[in-house]
Amino acid sequence: MDFFSEFPALSRRDNSALRRFIDNGFRDFSREYGEALENFFDPLLQFLIAFEQLLLATPWPIVILVIAGLTWAGGRSMAITVGAILSFLVIGYLGMWENTMSTLAIISVATLICIAIGIPIGILMARSDRAQGMITPVLDVMQTIPSFVYLIPVVMLLGIGKVPGMIAVCIYAVPPIIRLTNLGIRLVDREVLEAADAFGSSTYQRLMDVQIPLALPNIFAGVNQTIMMALSMVVIASMIGVKGLGIPVLQAISNQYLALGLMNGLAIVALAIIFDRVTQRFGKRLQKHQEQSH
Amino acid sequence: MSDTMISIRNLYKIFGPNPKKAMEAVAAGVGKDELLEKNGHVLGLNNINLDMKRNELQVVMGLSGSGKSTLIRHINRLIEPTAGEMIIDGDNVLAMDQKSLRELRRHKISMVFQRFALLPHRSVIDNVGYGLQIQNVGKKEIKERSERWIERVGLAGYEDYYPAKLSGGMQQRVGLARALTTDAEILLMDEAFSALDPLIRTEMQDILLDLQEEIQKTIVFITHDLDEALRIGDTIAILKDGMIIQNDDPQNILMQPADEYVADFMKDINRARVLRVRAIMEPIDPEADGPEMHGSTTLEQALQIFAEHSTDHAVIVNKRKEKVGKLTIEDLIRGMKRPTLQEIRDANDQQVA
Repeated sequence: MDFFSEFPALSRRDNSALRRFIDNGFRDFSREYGEALENFFDPLLQFLIAFEQLLLATPWPIVILVIAGLTWAGGRSMAITVGAILSFLVIGYLGMWENTMSTLAIISVATLICIAIGIPIGILMARSDRAQGMITPVLDVMQTIPSFVYLIPVVMLLGIGKVPGMIAVCIYAVPPIIRLTNLGIRLVDREVLEAADAFGSSTYQRLMDVQIPLALPNIFAGVNQTIMMALSMVVIASMIGVKGLGIPVLQAISNQYLALGLMNGLAIVALAIIFDRVTQRFGKRLQKHQEQSH
Repeated sequence: MSDTMISIRNLYKIFGPNPKKAMEAVAAGVGKDELLEKNGHVLGLNNINLDMKRNELQVVMGLSGSGKSTLIRHINRLIEPTAGEMIIDGDNVLAMDQKSLRELRRHKISMVFQRFALLPHRSVIDNVGYGLQIQNVGKKEIKERSERWIERVGLAGYEDYYPAKLSGGMQQRVGLARALTTDAEILLMDEAFSALDPLIRTEMQDILLDLQEEIQKTIVFITHDLDEALRIGDTIAILKDGMIIQNDDPQNILMQPADEYVADFMKDINRARVLRVRAIMEPIDPEADGPEMHGSTTLEQALQIFAEHSTDHAVIVNKRKEKVGKLTIEDLIRGMKRPTLQEIRDANDQQVA
């Protein structure tokens, strides 16, 4: 009855051989292509550094002014704008200015990358059921696999630093924008699409005139989610050398510094709330035309 | 230039997983019910043959499920047929590649939809200019042409409103203006007024009839509403179970329904208000006298004229005031009476013989 009490598993020797085979294969791969990949991502690294430098080199009152301007442009709300200004003043006063600027830089760049990659993939998924069938499981894996697991191959390939951190953030944060772009386009009223066809739209015209504008509120909800997820990845990304608010949090965990952890944690929360409120209100403004007057 | 604008020949549409195979069964004589039961396919359109005249308003009437919306979508090929031909102004639509089909839809055919299908994120003027924008017409010209049609359908002053702010009737005016702005020769109207309140519907019918006098387009109008069909149609095709039962002048449909189904349809119609005296008049003879009335006078109006002149006979004249027939009070009474089933059968037997 051994068969039922003991699972018929791979022998320990075979199992370790299998793992070694995969590890060696990947190691060879990273030796072969690691440098090429690094070169490939070099422009990204330069851009990231330049952006971070810009934020740090600009005098703080100007940065706060620009942030206030952006929150006003996006949110059109006095409360949100004043809240943002106050948050940044407190952050600066408590000595977290530099780390916050680093985090702001990586979040902004990560969001841009996610939008640039996510929206086209979402469009592709909406156009083809086959693409949707293939991409959806990949997204499921990206969202559920523990982040530490994909940190391993990323670090093996690119080492420790900003770019691998950025890639880890993007892997974690890009699924919502892909999903919601796909959903938004699929939800577009079929009759309106029929009208577009009946007037002789080309596929491209239909996409630009009808599908994307009508999917925009959903796409924007995706952008919002992507930013939130990127922010929540900041602490984990700091484990592989991304500077920012995550580093003091990590120090606080290993040394049991309650106040340090709390302050930096709350700074992340403040960023999250500002981003969230601004993007949500902006998304709502996009739907203004749907308000009924009667 | 031929008199026929749209010519539909032996058109079939079968819905299901393998329409080509089901088509073989249909060609071998399998009926709609049997096809659904044995092959699991729905026979949407069954051997449609229909010629639509240039610059006329052709109504296609049928109850829901009769295939009328499917039929109209074959004209601009939003739906691909299973078999048959669709000739528009001499061109075979089904032989067109994607590019020529797009050109056809841009310049030759436009469409108005039951539930308006406006672009909710665009203002009235940008909706009306949509067709021209697709054709890459210049901004200034789009604006001018859009404004002209917005004014023509009575929406001047609403250019910058979004559709959600407008009532149903106003939204459909936008839909109509959008379709007219491209100057297409053919206008497809898919239950265009069915979603509107009765009063607004009548108003829109008036607008359409008024416009048609001026623009003289070939209009294909789908409806399930017989009153509407009789009111606006130059010709009415009656569709049932994907087949055309009768395609005729409204007067003829009322006087000589093709079968019991059509007769049943006409049952609740106020004949006095729809029938014209020319459909029931007798041949002219030299002794005919009495008040003169035009052939397009309705029976109701004729009765009024009889009463005013205290007479029981009249002379029917055409547009040039030539006498073309005579009418007596007995003719009027006969015209008011619905044909009985026996009469319909006899008439059909005679035609067959």
